[in-house]
Order: sequence, then C-alpha cells, then structure tokens
Amino acid sequence: MNAKQIDQQQLLKDEKDPLTHTPVHLLSLENVGKHYGNIVALRDVTMAVDNGRVTCVLGDNGAGKSTLIKIIAGLHQHDEGVLHIMGEERKFDSPRDALDAGIATVYQDLAVVPLMPIWRNFFLGSELTSGFGPFKSLDVQKMKDITKKELAEMGIDLRDVEQPIGQLSGGERQCVAIARAVYFGAKVLILDEPTAALGVKQSGVVLRYILQARDRGLGVIFITHNPHHAFPVGDRFLLLKRGKSIGYYDKKDITLDELTAQMAGGAELAELAHELEQLGGHSDVVKEVQAEVAGTSR
Amino acid sequence: MTQTLIRPPAVDERVAVRNPLQNLLGRPEVGALVGAVVLFVFFALVSQTFLQPNAIATVLYGSSTIGIMAVGVSLLMIGGEFDLSTGVAVISSALTASMFSWYFSTNVWVGVILALVVSVGIGYVNGWILMRTKLPSFIVTLATFLMLTGLNLGLTRLIGGSVSSPSISNMDGFKSAQAIFASSVTIGSVDVKITVFIWIALVAVASWVLLRTKVGNWIFAVGGDANAARAVGVPVKGTKIGLFMAVGFCGWILGMHNLFAFDSVQSGEGVGNEFLYIIAAVIGGCLLTGGYGSAVGGAIGAFIFGMANKGIVYAQWNPDWFKFFLGLMLLLATIVNLIVKRRAELK
Repeated sequence: MNAKQIDQQQLLKDEKDPLTHTPVHLLSLENVGKHYGNIVALRDVTMAVDNGRVTCVLGDNGAGKSTLIKIIAGLHQHDEGVLHIMGEERKFDSPRDALDAGIATVYQDLAVVPLMPIWRNFFLGSELTSGFGPFKSLDVQKMKDITKKELAEMGIDLRDVEQPIGQLSGGERQCVAIARAVYFGAKVLILDEPTAALGVKQSGVVLRYILQARDRGLGVIFITHNPHHAFPVGDRFLLLKRGKSIGYYDKKDITLDELTAQMAGGAELAELAHELEQLGGHSDVVKEVQAEVAGTSR
Repeated sequence: MTQTLIRPPAVDERVAVRNPLQNLLGRPEVGALVGAVVLFVFFALVSQTFLQPNAIATVLYGSSTIGIMAVGVSLLMIGGEFDLSTGVAVISSALTASMFSWYFSTNVWVGVILALVVSVGIGYVNGWILMRTKLPSFIVTLATFLMLTGLNLGLTRLIGGSVSSPSISNMDGFKSAQAIFASSVTIGSVDVKITVFIWIALVAVASWVLLRTKVGNWIFAVGGDANAARAVGVPVKGTKIGLFMAVGFCGWILGMHNLFAFDSVQSGEGVGNEFLYIIAAVIGGCLLTGGYGSAVGGAIGAFIFGMANKGIVYAQWNPDWFKFFLGLMLLLATIVNLIVKRRAELK
C-alpha cells in the first residue's frame, strides 16, 4: 500500500456548513424518498459522501438500507428529493449509468456469477480486448495477470484465478468484489452488509479493506446493522428506521455507546427483556439483555 | 499494510500439481466426449460397414443437420434460455424463400435474403417478448412454435394451394444457391456434404465468441446469474435477444439446405426437431439452467445423435430402438452434468 495516508482529523476539521455547500460533496442526498405503490420504503433521507471518508448507513432489517443503496446504484429511481454527484443533480436509469458516474457497488449477494472463473468475474462488464473491429478478442493473459496482481495488492492470496468464484469463501468473494471496484476507478464504493454473513476474523479482514479503499481516496458507503463494525471505520453515521432517518452524526458528535443505544432503542430492548422473561427464556440471556438495557439508558 | 502482507510463494502448496486428467474432467463436454468414443468403438465392432469412409461421411452429414442448429441452441442454453420454435422455424425459413421467389417470380436469392431477415426476425421477436414480459422462455417459444406451425401450413396452402411448396428448381439463381447450401465436396473417393463444413465453421466461430470475446463472457454471465450480470453493467436484454437471433441465423442456414437439397419443402415438417437440438446441447454438457456449457459440447452431442441414428441402420438393427437409446443417453448425460455442476459449486 503506497497510497497517501489521509488524516481523518484533518478532514473532519474542514467540514463545511451544509448550507454554504462549498466545496461540493462527492455525492449527496437531500430529502430523498421512494415508494413502491402505496408502500413508502424510504423518506426524507439526507446524507453526504466525500473522498477518503466512510459514511455508514445503519439500521435494522427493513429499515430501508437496501432501498437507499439501490437508488444510489441505479437499480431503482427515487421519487422525491435530489441526488447530487459532484454538485450535479442526477437520476440514474441503470446500474451502467451509476457505474459510469464512478459509483461501484458490492452487493450483499455479491453480484458474482458462481460458475465463472475469478478473472472472468473480476472483469465482467468491463472486459479488456485487443484487436480491431469484429475481430476484437479478450486479452485473457493480461486479465489474469491483473486479477492476480490486484488481489495480491489487497493482501488476498488466491490459489488460482481460473477456479470458479463459487468455490471461494464469503470473505474472499467480498474482497474480490472490493478489489474489482477499486481497480475500475470507482470514486464511490457502496458496500452492502459486507460483514453480515462473516465470522469475527473474516469481518476484521473486510473492515481492513474498507480502510484501504478509503485511504486510496474513495468515498465509501458502508451499510451494516452492526454498530461495532461501523464505529471503528466510519466518519459519518446515518441511522435509518422504518424507512426514515432517525439521526445523522459526525464521528466527533457521537460515541459507540450512543450509537448502539440509538440503533437498538432502549424501550424496545426493555420490552424484549420482559418478553423473554415471560417466555421462560434462559436466565443468562435475560440478564444479558437487562444489562444491555441498563447500558443504553446510561 | 505492506508489512503484514505475506508474499505468496512462487508455487502455492495449496494447489496440487496440475493433474492433466483432472483438468480434462473439469471441462463441460468431457461426458459427451467419453460417450462419443464409447459409441464409436461400439458401432465399429458390431458393424463391418460403419468404419468405411462413405459411412462416416453419411454419419457426419446426419450429425451436421442437427449440429448446425445445436450451435445456436447451445449458446442460447448457456445464456439461460431455450427455444421450442426452432424445428418449425427452420421450415418457415425454407418456405419463405421458396414461396416468395416463386410467387413473385424473382431470382431465388431474393427469397433467400428475405428468409434470412424473417429467421433472424423470428428470433428477435422471441427474445423481445421474453425480455418485455419476463415470462419463462418455455411459454413464449411454445406459443411461437404453435403459431409458426399454423402459419407454415396455412400460408403454404393459401399461396401455393398445396401442402408442399412448389418446385423452384428451374428458377434463376437456383443452381448457385444449391452450390452454396446443398452441394458436396469430393475428398478422395468420398462425397462429403457441404453442411459438414458449414457445421465445423459455425462451431469454431461460436467457440471463439464464447471463450475469447466480450459477448461470450456476457453469455456465460446472463445464463449464470442475470441479476449479478445486470448489476455490473452487462446488457442482459441485448445479449439474450442477440442469442435468439443467432439461433434464427442457424435456422436459416439449415432451412436453406433443406430447400436446396431438393427443390420444395413440406409445410408440415420440422415438428419435434426442436427437441433433437436441445438434446444435442444437453448431451454436450450445456446446463438447462444456463451459465455452463460449450459449443464443442453441442457438436459432440450432435455427433452422438448422428452416430446412433445411422449406426443402428449399419448394424442392421430395428430402428425402433433408436428413441429408447436416445432417451437413455439424455438421462445419463444430464446426471453427469449435475455432478459436474455440484462439484463446481462446492465450497
């Protein structure tokens, strides 16, 4: 890693007033909303992403996290509010549009084709070719070499780039997807629950890649429901609940405990403890939840 | 982070020394290849005439008439769709060429070009409806199959007043078209039909497209996981519609051969042939669910079909057994494919 280390404190100090809007954000949302028929999936969401910064989107299942990233990634279009890229108002018609604007997404289900070799997946949709006109053919050797090199630079040592990507572990596939986005010059990297299905160690590895991507100057949007994963890497935190924003914080304005409390909602936890007790839940679990309740109301 | 990175050793201990046999077994068409060799040896042993050059040429000709379509159908199947209208679409193409040039008394080549437009157009319509409605390709192409069957019979009777198209053998351009689509090339003392060469050329082009071009990468991707492909910017609709048009193109070639091998076409023919093409592709290792397979596999599948079809005659058996045998091959091939896919997805 030879990329310039960006001092996060320095960046936080340069934070501009949201009203003056100078300098512009890499990507920003203002009061964005989306409804499917009469169901409101998302409303009034405001957030910003900058170079070398990580914006975390936190929320429980069904909070609207997926809808939000689908809007930014071009899979869906927003019905309300505005989406700015480098200060210019945009609405994406397709994922290709978003990709062309420099927005790359690493999906929860990974957007890889399991039966295809790693190198074909790495270059899928942006294949390298050589030759002219109708005789353009894939530059197979170059693509294999680049895949191997890029993955090694991310610290991923893969056995063989020719093997089907379905044979890799979840963490390895995440890393391939992140390396792919970084290689193709993404300016904004969206990570949809990258740590959701991973063990503790694998999650740590993925968090490290998030920081690597940030230090390469990318704006990262990190979607998660785990504040313990979000807090150490994030610079800004957007909390979603039932399709609405319930808080948008800078790192300097919030602590991990506060974040956790906001996420869980103290009252709901208390209710859960009560319910568990009534159902005759294991006394240890009940105690744990009660301790958590005590922690959040601190 | 550089310090923590452990450079992989030049030879990775986790990769066993590449076993060439294992490499070969990982190919999609290996099951079909083994089947083809077994079948070839079998017929060579039970029949004295099977190994004679003339017999081989006949087997190859039989294989090519299936194989030309199997090229398109294999690609389409790798792209995750299949087409039930191919059998009658071949006849539609032949009928278009002969009826048009006969009715308007034009040069035969005018009809041939029009047939190309119609064939590729049928593919386009199939693909377009499929992408527009998101219905399963089974339903859409079954509908096309039925409509084309009706159109073939109805229009032929309406225009020509008969169930077969009128003879066009004395029309302008017939000889030159016949030379292109239905002639023979003499190699040594054996006449080899031109369709065999067209077949081999199509397989070569399709293999190159599939393995060495962007479009080939997209075909695997749209068949393997269309959503993932769309998310990374692959034009899924265009790729699938293009595949249906490629199938239409193959149908045009075979239709022209059927027309110029004689001089007229029976309007009721072709029904049921679509399954032969699909069977050839499946025996050749293409997964019915898409994302896996090869053009060479489809060709081997067609060759197995040709060998079985003619070999039974050379062995002087009752051809009634042919269908049973075909079904058995299909079942075995599908089981082999299933095992291959499970192993490929193994984590």
